[in-house]
Amino acid sequence: MQRSRSIAVASALRGVCRSQTQTWTRNAAVRRFISTVVAAPVVQQPKSSFSASVVRQQAVRPTQIRTQARRSYASSSSNAPLQKTALYDLHLRYGAKMVPFGGFHMPVQYSSLSVIQSHLFTRSHASLFDVGHMVQRLFSGPGAAQFLERITPSAASALGEHRSTLSCIMHADGSGGIVDDTIVTKLTADKFYVVTNAACRDKDNEYLRKEMAKWNAEPGHESLQVKEEQLSESGLIALQGPEAAPILSLLLPKDFNLRGLLFGHSAYTPLMLPGSNTQTSPVLISRGGYTGEDGFEISIPSPAETVTITEAILSAGGPEKVQLAGLGARDSLRLEAGMCLYGHDLDDTTTPVEGALSWIIPKERRGPDAGYYGAEKIAKQLVPKAKGGEGVERRRVGLIVEGAPAREGYPIVTAEGEKVGVVTSGCPSPSLGKNIAMGYIKEGLHKVGTEVQVVVRGKPKKAVVSKMPFVPNKYWRGESA
Amino acid sequence: MASIARSLRLARLSAVSATIRAPAYRAVFIRPFSVTASNAIRKYTKEHEWIDISADKKTGVVGISEYAAKTLGDIVYVELPEEGLEVQAGDAIGAVESVKSAADIYSPVACKITQVNLLLEEKPGTVNQVPEDDSHGGGWIAKVQLTEQGLKDFEALMDADAYAEFTAAESDH
Repeated sequence: MQRSRSIAVASALRGVCRSQTQTWTRNAAVRRFISTVVAAPVVQQPKSSFSASVVRQQAVRPTQIRTQARRSYASSSSNAPLQKTALYDLHLRYGAKMVPFGGFHMPVQYSSLSVIQSHLFTRSHASLFDVGHMVQRLFSGPGAAQFLERITPSAASALGEHRSTLSCIMHADGSGGIVDDTIVTKLTADKFYVVTNAACRDKDNEYLRKEMAKWNAEPGHESLQVKEEQLSESGLIALQGPEAAPILSLLLPKDFNLRGLLFGHSAYTPLMLPGSNTQTSPVLISRGGYTGEDGFEISIPSPAETVTITEAILSAGGPEKVQLAGLGARDSLRLEAGMCLYGHDLDDTTTPVEGALSWIIPKERRGPDAGYYGAEKIAKQLVPKAKGGEGVERRRVGLIVEGAPAREGYPIVTAEGEKVGVVTSGCPSPSLGKNIAMGYIKEGLHKVGTEVQVVVRGKPKKAVVSKMPFVPNKYWRGESA
Repeated sequence: MASIARSLRLARLSAVSATIRAPAYRAVFIRPFSVTASNAIRKYTKEHEWIDISADKKTGVVGISEYAAKTLGDIVYVELPEEGLEVQAGDAIGAVESVKSAADIYSPVACKITQVNLLLEEKPGTVNQVPEDDSHGGGWIAKVQLTEQGLKDFEALMDADAYAEFTAAESDH
């Protein structure tokens, strides 16, 4: 009997990185155990060829688990040699287990802590994540704000300077589908810093190139040109957890008002390297992150300074207060925080309304004539059927599942066995000691407290629709908050 | 399924305490492959299960390899096979889950499941600590009765040296 599959590893490490929103994709090419565990978000990954026994098992196993895992965002450099971030050597020095992710060699965990330990350490102290694989883009020009208002539902013009927002890049076909999720930061009236997912790099590049060319060529846009620059030399690190602010403050110039930098704000500042009286180039510090904790993402203009600053943070905090953390902890942290992972919880077919992201659309952009791609569709979806709108057929919800952990692709069913949804992410929550998951469920069953079931390896397990975030977030919103 | 919730908690606590006694924790992983069951013959599958069979070649003990346990990380849940289940080689008989992933356990040979390791319901982390221990308190998954086909399946599996070579090659990728 031919047996090509190995231990099938499920929703393996998805972790990832993004400024509040980032991704991590699965690598469809993974076949072997080590590569499955280690390599990418693979859910009960089908091996490249199925043996007869596997086919037999499919009768009792949810088939979409297998088909889903075939999905791939593989335009992202699946065949190109993996790239290294500026911190590659540092990762190895700290005993990182490296995996391919989004076209890069990325650390999934380090030898000092297991994934659970690293997760809990982030919640109690601070963790430093390398998110340098993410794509950092600058859109500039007199038409930059309006261009972004075409491709996203965000109000780029109305955004304050050095303020960020979670956003979605929308498909141009008007379907309301999401090309990628992103954090958009307004630097000046005509300059925006936009971070997109590594796993969507090629897809996003192609989309943006095409949309920019179209925008710039349109009549009347001669004075509204937009250009894009990718900050491929810049490193990006995320310092997350209750110790993040105290540690960062050790490196900030004396006059920097860190308490005044609230969640969603950003600032350029040089950092002071303790002990050497030297000052770095200005870095862009954005308060936020992908863990639900208070924290910062720091964009550093050169690879050499990325290493220097990472080492300075680690040494300023010391190992009792700050540890490196990898994609493994990042995934369970973001899931506890209720945040989406593109390619899993959002994709080309989900809309922001279905994805429970209506809150990213400002009031003034909720109408059918808001001018962004898909506005007509989204405006209809925003109004429930009961109130004369179109509503949605499915919604993203949180689930707490009894018994076995629910993983991506597992069916959500009613007590009668009717399929009413599918899990898109799930893991045992290290903070709560419960199995948490998110998934899409039929409209009507999405209310908190609704009892359903999740089918785990053929066996139904009780599940309850639950509020997200599962673990309350701790963003810094100022003294009174 | 209260026992499972309990086991999750236990797994979490043991993970935390592992921080404190990290050296001992890690020492477990560098043990060589052939520690236990000196009287039994042990073989491995490409899917990272091991099986010991008795001298009379009628019964066996199945578990997942140290390599697999280490690669998965903190195991927080083990789905045990059903006693009495008759399976072919390669059939899924259970699963082990860590925070980051779930891995099916496949039967290494055609056999009947005669006993499962209930300890793992309470202490799934045992699989991390002593994955290849087939004794009481060990991380073994199930005891089995081999069929005639099962014995043929067994002969085709890798011995410890071949498996070590196999995993070394996998790690390189």
